[in-house]
Amino acid sequence: MTDTPVSGAGGGIGRTARASWVARALSGGLLPVVTVVIAILAIWYVAVVPMNIKEVLTQQERAGAEIVPPSAAERRDAGRWGLVFNNFDLIGPSWSMERARLPAPHQVAQELWASTWDEEVNGRRGIVRSGTLSNRSLIYHGGVTLGATVVGFLIGAALGVALAVGIVYSRVMDLSVMPWAIISQTIPIVALAPMIIVVLYSVGLSGLVAKAVISAYLSFFPVVVGMVKGLRSPDQMQMDLLHTYNATPAQQFWRLRLPSSVPYLFASLKIGIAASLVGAIVGELPVQRGGLGARMLGGSYYGQTEQIWAALFAAAVLAAGLVWLIGWIERRTLRAMGAPT
Amino acid sequence: MVIGADNVSLTFQTNDGPVHALKDVNLTVERGEFVSFIGPSGCGKTTFLRAIAALEHPTGGTLSVNGMTPDEARRARAYGYVFQAAGLYPWRTIAGNIRLPLEIMGYSKSEMDERVKNVLELVELSGFGKKYPWQLSGGMQQRASIARALAFDADILLMDEPFGALDEIVRDRLNEELLSLWARTGKTIGFVTHSIPEAVYLSTKIVVMSPRPGRITDVIESPLPKERPLDIRDTPEFIEVAHRVRDGLRAGHGDEL
Repeated sequence: MTDTPVSGAGGGIGRTARASWVARALSGGLLPVVTVVIAILAIWYVAVVPMNIKEVLTQQERAGAEIVPPSAAERRDAGRWGLVFNNFDLIGPSWSMERARLPAPHQVAQELWASTWDEEVNGRRGIVRSGTLSNRSLIYHGGVTLGATVVGFLIGAALGVALAVGIVYSRVMDLSVMPWAIISQTIPIVALAPMIIVVLYSVGLSGLVAKAVISAYLSFFPVVVGMVKGLRSPDQMQMDLLHTYNATPAQQFWRLRLPSSVPYLFASLKIGIAASLVGAIVGELPVQRGGLGARMLGGSYYGQTEQIWAALFAAAVLAAGLVWLIGWIERRTLRAMGAPT
Repeated sequence: MVIGADNVSLTFQTNDGPVHALKDVNLTVERGEFVSFIGPSGCGKTTFLRAIAALEHPTGGTLSVNGMTPDEARRARAYGYVFQAAGLYPWRTIAGNIRLPLEIMGYSKSEMDERVKNVLELVELSGFGKKYPWQLSGGMQQRASIARALAFDADILLMDEPFGALDEIVRDRLNEELLSLWARTGKTIGFVTHSIPEAVYLSTKIVVMSPRPGRITDVIESPLPKERPLDIRDTPEFIEVAHRVRDGLRAGHGDEL
C-alpha cells in the first residue's frame, strides 16, 4: 500500500535503488513520524488564516479592497471564521504577514535560518566575521541555555540520587524527605523562579548558577522518585541471598541495589533533563541576559512572533538532543551490563 | 551432628492472629546426610530450612548448626543456599554470578578464577562462564545457581524446592546430577520438595511434615543403596519407601481428608 506514492515520488532514473532506500526508511518508523509532521503542518497552515484575519483585512482595506463588513468596529466583534468566509478572496497575505499573530511555518523556518546559519556565517556579529558567536543568534542563546541546563541537571541528578539513597537506607529520611520533595513540586515554578533569582542575587549568585539552581530544583524530583523505586526493586529472595553470604550493607548497595536501579535511573534522567531545560528557560525570563528564555520574552515584548516560535523550536531541538543523548548512554550502559541486543 | 533441632517452635504474628509455622520440631542431621523435607504447603518445611539458614528465627526451642547458633553459622558462612528461582543477576555473566559470593567473602582474584572453573565443571556448565543468564535455559540457570552456592565450599547445602519450576525431564536429569555431585563432595544437604519420587530418590533421610501447626509426622531412614540409577524408582524397595511417605502425609492430614 505504502509503495504506491513511494515509487511515484522516486520515479525516473535510479528508481529501484531510491524506492528501496525510501521503503527502508519508512519501515524503520519514519512513516508515522512524517505523517504526524505533515498533519501538524496542515493544521498550522489552516489555523494561520483565522488567527491573522483581522490584521490581514486591515491591511487589505488600506490597500483599497472592499471588506465585509466594512466598518472596523463591526469587524472587531465579528467571529474570525465568519470574516474568513465573507472575505475569502482577500486572505492571500495571511501567510506572509509581518508580526503575525500566528506566523506560518515557512516564516518560522526562515527566522530559524536567519538567526542561526545566516547570522553566524553572513552577519556582521557572526562567528565567521567577528570570531565570536553573535548575540543575536539562536546558537549563542541555545548555548547559554544549554550551559545552565547541563549544570543544573548534574546538580539535580546528584542531589536526587543522594536523597534516594538516604530515603532507602534511613527510615527517618523516608518519612521526612519525601513529603517535602512532593510539596516542592506543587509550587508553580514560574512563581518561584523570580524569588529564587532575587534571593540568590542578594547573596552574590547570578547568571548561570542562579538558572542552574532552578533547573536542579525541577530535575531532582523525577530522579528521587525513579531512584527510590529502582533501589527498592530487588526482591526479597535476592536480599536473602546476600544475607546468607553475610554481605555488608555497602556490598548490598554496590552489588545489588545500584545495578538493579540502573534502568529506573535512566528513565528518570530523561524526564529530569527535559525538566532541567524548562527550568533554565524559566530562569532566563526575568533576567534578560541571554538564553532561549530571554529570546522568547524579548520576542513577545516587540511582537516578534517568529522570534518566539524560532526560540521555541530551538528549545525543542535542544531537549530532543539531550534526551537522545541520555538514551544513547542508557543503551551503551545496558549493553555493557549484558542486556540482550 | 551437623544440624540439631530441639523442640523448635516458630510462630508468626499476623493480623489474623498467630500462625504456628513450626511446633515442637525435633531432628538430628549427621554429616554427609541427604535430608529431604516433604509435606503439603503450609507444613513449615521451607520455614524450617530458612530457620537453619538464620533467615527466620525460632520463637521457642534450640536449633544448632555445626555446633553454633544458626546466626553464628551464617556469619561463619557454613552453608550455601539455593532458592526456588535461580535468581542470577542479569547484569553479570554466569562466571560473574558465581564470583559474587567469593567477592563478598574477599577471595583473591586467582582463587576466584580457580573456584569458578571448578564449580562450573561440577555442575557441567564448563564453557558457559561468559554467557549471560538470559542466554541459558531454566535448567542451566538453576545449575548455575547451585554452582554459586557451592563456590565457597560450605559443608552444608540448603535447597528450597530448587527444581520446582522445571519440567520433569530436566528435573530427572538434575536429580541424577545432584546425587553424583553429593557423592563427590560429601556435603550435608537439606532439600525441600513436594514431590514424593524426588524425595525418595534423593534422600538418605526423609522428613515428612504436616500443617497447622507445622510439625514432623515421620522420619524415614532410606534403605536404598547410595548408588542410585534412575530406574531404581521401579524397584519394590523404592515403592515401599514411597508408600510410607504417602502414608505419613495422609496421617498428618488426619481428619481433614
